[in-house]
Amino acid sequence: MSRLDIQPELVCDLLVRFLREELHSAGFSRAIVGLSGGVDSAVSASLSARALGAENTLSVLMPYRTSNPESEAHAKLVAEGLGTPTRRIDISKMVDGYVEPEVVNDETRRGNVMARCRMTVLYDLSVDWGGLVVGTSNKTEMLLGYSTQWGDAAHAVNPLGDLYKHQVYQLARYLELPPEVIDKAPSADLVAGQTDEADLGFTYAEADELLYRMVDERFDAEELVAEGFDREFVRKVAQRVVRNQYKRIPPVIAKLSRRTINQDFRYLRDWGK
Amino acid sequence: MDCRVTLAQTNPVLGDVRSNLTEHLEIASDVAKEGSDVVLFPELSLTGYFLKDMALELALPTSAPALGGLARLSRDISIGAGFVERSREGRIYNAYGFFENGELVAVHRKVHLVSYGMFEESRDLAAGERFRQIESRHGRFGVLLCEDFWHLGGLYAHFVNDCDAILVPSCAPARGAEASVTGFSSARTWESMLDAAALFTQTFIVYVDRVGFEDGVAFAGGSRVVDPFGVEIAKIDGLDPGRTEARLTTSALHRARGVTPLRRDEKPWVLAGELERHRARGDAEEVS
Repeated sequence: MSRLDIQPELVCDLLVRFLREELHSAGFSRAIVGLSGGVDSAVSASLSARALGAENTLSVLMPYRTSNPESEAHAKLVAEGLGTPTRRIDISKMVDGYVEPEVVNDETRRGNVMARCRMTVLYDLSVDWGGLVVGTSNKTEMLLGYSTQWGDAAHAVNPLGDLYKHQVYQLARYLELPPEVIDKAPSADLVAGQTDEADLGFTYAEADELLYRMVDERFDAEELVAEGFDREFVRKVAQRVVRNQYKRIPPVIAKLSRRTINQDFRYLRDWGK
Repeated sequence: MDCRVTLAQTNPVLGDVRSNLTEHLEIASDVAKEGSDVVLFPELSLTGYFLKDMALELALPTSAPALGGLARLSRDISIGAGFVERSREGRIYNAYGFFENGELVAVHRKVHLVSYGMFEESRDLAAGERFRQIESRHGRFGVLLCEDFWHLGGLYAHFVNDCDAILVPSCAPARGAEASVTGFSSARTWESMLDAAALFTQTFIVYVDRVGFEDGVAFAGGSRVVDPFGVEIAKIDGLDPGRTEARLTTSALHRARGVTPLRRDEKPWVLAGELERHRARGDAEEVS
């Protein structure tokens, strides 16, 4: 048993309650999830279907012309398995309308544009559907900053943000999601053949073990090396966590008044709900 | 003492005293009709928990009309409820009021504010400075508000002052779902402490936690009563709002204390001497 192992039934129950209560208190009974064909969005959609009913969860597939066709096939498999209504929006024209005339060839920039186009579609459809956008970012990728700010990282509520990738997999198996989705190599699918782990230079399993000790158990660098982690790996991951803090908090506001939003004007988002 | 105590495990609406009060009055009225003598609500049950700047805005003097409604109903049933108190001089406290015979008869101000990790009570609230007992018509009660219970001092004060029951209203989050435990690890910790406290103090321990979410933080519920033998006699399972009732009797206290005479053999003056020496020595080491 890994120290990261969770009780999936207990976690599922809590997250279903979380989605139900946070959406209901905001005045919503419907949700919308962007299905990528990957395990994170499959788990988010499945939790949402349990919390609100499959008929109240809209799955949105948003392929780009160079996306791996397998991604869409897997997303369909998930939506069909859950029985959610589904929309398919091809973002190719939307993305190309900007990247072609501007000659954006850098893969990271193109990937970010795709992620932000998907966000634009989700937030627009959320008005038509009358539901909130449910997030799909897990704790591992949030800590590593492996996401596009205002892109895939944009959402109203996030059931997965306190679960490491290992724990998302556990939940996916508990939720009996299709094995094709669980067993494949994770990929942002922004570039053909891309995998997350090749991008990052280490595996999620390695990152999870390190981050759990670093963040949850507060081991310092020397203690992590003593636990058997490579010093350079520890340094690299710690640096990513620090560098990407800006993606995890609201933008910084220049303080002028006696009462500044989020500094000394402090209220929960659930204020008045 | 022979009284029926109802635990009301609620999900307060954050910042909405009016709607929370309505729910309090409905529940108290219902359980009074069912024959309960006392109904207890969780910590900050009239306001919700993560108040931040709202603490100042929601603070009530003990003479506030909102509390008057509970006082009036307490002719029928004794009521414990949590609120933010504004004292005469303007301090803001995390307070727990006990209403009986038509009036607010006691207020406990949380002594050990919790200000680490996810909590920041000290930023917005003043700390209470006493652990006094409530002389209820149903028995002698002590109140320890959530974090108060994590410190031995309050428990000991209520023990040496012969409380019949220690009331522990809380806003304890549900945390830790690791596979090595069953249920939330935070809930297991609370259960261990409540069981131990009942055994050490030989009183009834009455724990009332809330449920629901505030900005993603779940509260763990699991309200329960442990008798002076350390045996659970009532519990509300799970994360749903609910109620349960327990019967608290002097005879149970006497049986527990007769079998194991901890009180007879307690030597509070030994502790008093140690505390005196501790005070004389000072808490911090001298810098040489």
